[in-house]
Amino acid sequence: MPLERDMQPRSLFEKVWDAHVVRPETDDTPAVLYIDLHLVHEVTSPQAFDMLRARGLRVRRPDLTLATMDHSTPTVPIKSLKDIEVVSEPAAAKQIRQLEANCKEFGIELRGFFSGQRGVVHVIGPELGATQPGKTIVCGDSHTSTHGAFGALAFGIGTTEVGHVLATQCLLQRKPKTLAIELAGRPGPGVTAKDLILRIIGTIGVAGGTGHVIEYRGEAISALSMEQRMTVCNMSIEAGARAGMIAPDDVTYEYMAGRPLAPKGKDWDAALERWRKLPSDPGARFDREVRIDVSRLAPMVTFGTNPGMVVEIDQPVPESGDIAFKKALDYMRVEAGKPLLGTPVDVVFIGSCTNGRLGDIRDAARILKGRKVADNVRLLVVPGSDQTKREAEAEGLDEIIRAAGGEWREPGCSMCIGMNGDIVPPGKLAVSTSNRNFEGRQGPGARTILASPITAAAAAVKGVVADPRELLG
Amino acid sequence: MEPIRTIRSKTVVLPFDDIDTDQIIPARFLTTTTKDGLGQHLFSNWRYADDGTPRPDFALNRPEAKGATILVAGRNFGCGSSREHAPWALVDYGFRAVISSEFADIFRNNALKNGLVPVTVDDETHRWLLEHEGAEVTVDLESTTVELPTGRRVQFPIERFSRYCLMNGLDQLGFLLEQEDAIAEYERRHVA
Ligand code: SF4
Repeated sequence: MPLERDMQPRSLFEKVWDAHVVRPETDDTPAVLYIDLHLVHEVTSPQAFDMLRARGLRVRRPDLTLATMDHSTPTVPIKSLKDIEVVSEPAAAKQIRQLEANCKEFGIELRGFFSGQRGVVHVIGPELGATQPGKTIVCGDSHTSTHGAFGALAFGIGTTEVGHVLATQCLLQRKPKTLAIELAGRPGPGVTAKDLILRIIGTIGVAGGTGHVIEYRGEAISALSMEQRMTVCNMSIEAGARAGMIAPDDVTYEYMAGRPLAPKGKDWDAALERWRKLPSDPGARFDREVRIDVSRLAPMVTFGTNPGMVVEIDQPVPESGDIAFKKALDYMRVEAGKPLLGTPVDVVFIGSCTNGRLGDIRDAARILKGRKVADNVRLLVVPGSDQTKREAEAEGLDEIIRAAGGEWREPGCSMCIGMNGDIVPPGKLAVSTSNRNFEGRQGPGARTILASPITAAAAAVKGVVADPRELLG
Repeated sequence: MEPIRTIRSKTVVLPFDDIDTDQIIPARFLTTTTKDGLGQHLFSNWRYADDGTPRPDFALNRPEAKGATILVAGRNFGCGSSREHAPWALVDYGFRAVISSEFADIFRNNALKNGLVPVTVDDETHRWLLEHEGAEVTVDLESTTVELPTGRRVQFPIERFSRYCLMNGLDQLGFLLEQEDAIAEYERRHVA
């Protein structure tokens, strides 16, 4: 006899949540939620490992823990680990060494330098096949929302909670609310997943998703590749959401099949059967629903200092009397009432967990092929992982980028966060494919315009903010 | 952790909405492997000029701000990254509570685990606080209220378990560790 609960239509989120409740929430205590995959990196883990040591605890499930180093790692080639001491700041080098030591001490496999599997944590999880539909996935990093593209419930946690998961494989959580965002229509050429998510954040606002898990749905979402879905889910946190999810479908399964950590043979068949039950039931209720028509969307760019301050590339920057808005425009040296088109650019960064995957590099190469980066621009292309780098090189994309005058670097977070020495100099203007245009995000005093890889590549070629649709052949 | 019941202090005000974690503690200070000493870098980009000298016009640098343990900030405080370095820096600097009309989820969670009370108030109370920097305010966890010098008292929401832990100086890991049997049982029946 099915329980009554099973008869109620449930959303994708509710199905994944329900399947991971070790102990339900009460008025006095949050739910104890089981975590299937814990991703660990060097910046948010050292204090958590210290806490384990201080209390004499072990890592409960090293087999469900996947570690890599990405934030403070150099993007210049190194021959041996000793080189890190030379190319990196002492504090960054220490952090890298500490993660190695912690992984060794606690029995966690590290996808480190020379493993061939290192990269930005949200790029390697899916690449390795560790990211799977229906899983709960956490990491001491807010862009863990990326993994929701597979129909996983994936969210960022703080270092104290990293310690909780290391020690117990569980988290204390209150059940979040749900928000369905339906994208209707299909956008035209030159309008990418990045433009969709920037439109969404611009519409609901940077706190529009607070307290909620978003499910993205609709024609424009189903039509996306897995990489593009990851770009959308990645920036859920920029809308303030706890997580973003997309129902798994054949696109998902095709991407996953044969990946090293994906199930094989009979296990794959059994998994498929489970995964196919995950999408939201017809009639599933959401706490809120939003519908956005994207059929006439243009490429999007940010003009301010948060990702909700966005505008279609050919439209004027809006006007507002709000003090924070004015402060942002002053910081950006942007004028209200005029489009950004034609604004001179100093740096172009193509990379990050938002847009550092193979398809993104292909997109950029499409624009760069046979063209030259403008004299006033430094172009930095940083693949998201070792694997992405190998695949891009196998297609000759690195050659296209170098021939255009761009730099082709080693994988890592790089200029997305500027922790490894790759920074935008003070006052300089960058067009970046990353996810945050906060004041100083890419270096003290740096100014950031967020955009898609093709819009970024178009800016590199033209030397100014430019509409990529004019360069698409 | 020290048990917290009542926090009484004058306020410092940062009247901007959407203050993100990159402003609270810029990424270049995240290469630390401890929690200590982050207070000196709190709001670093706003607090110091390029040559490292304090900017006299920044709220925290004004003489009246000295000793204040309650920060009042614009809406959606703590948006951005999951870095717990943000509440660590605020606590290390001396703050015990932040009052706003809305907090980003991860920041709020992190604050509650580090003895920093996130106090969400209605828009009207928020506006009053933003306009009255230096007001003597009382945040009381027992009654979950904020009291303004005007005598106005408003409730604020706080997750019950977090409140219990804050008031008793407990960390939350102890509770999780007590769930060992249930976790082991779950692992036996669960297919990932
Ligand atoms: S690429 Fe940027 S946003 Fe992504 S994990 Fe690295 S620092 Fe964070």
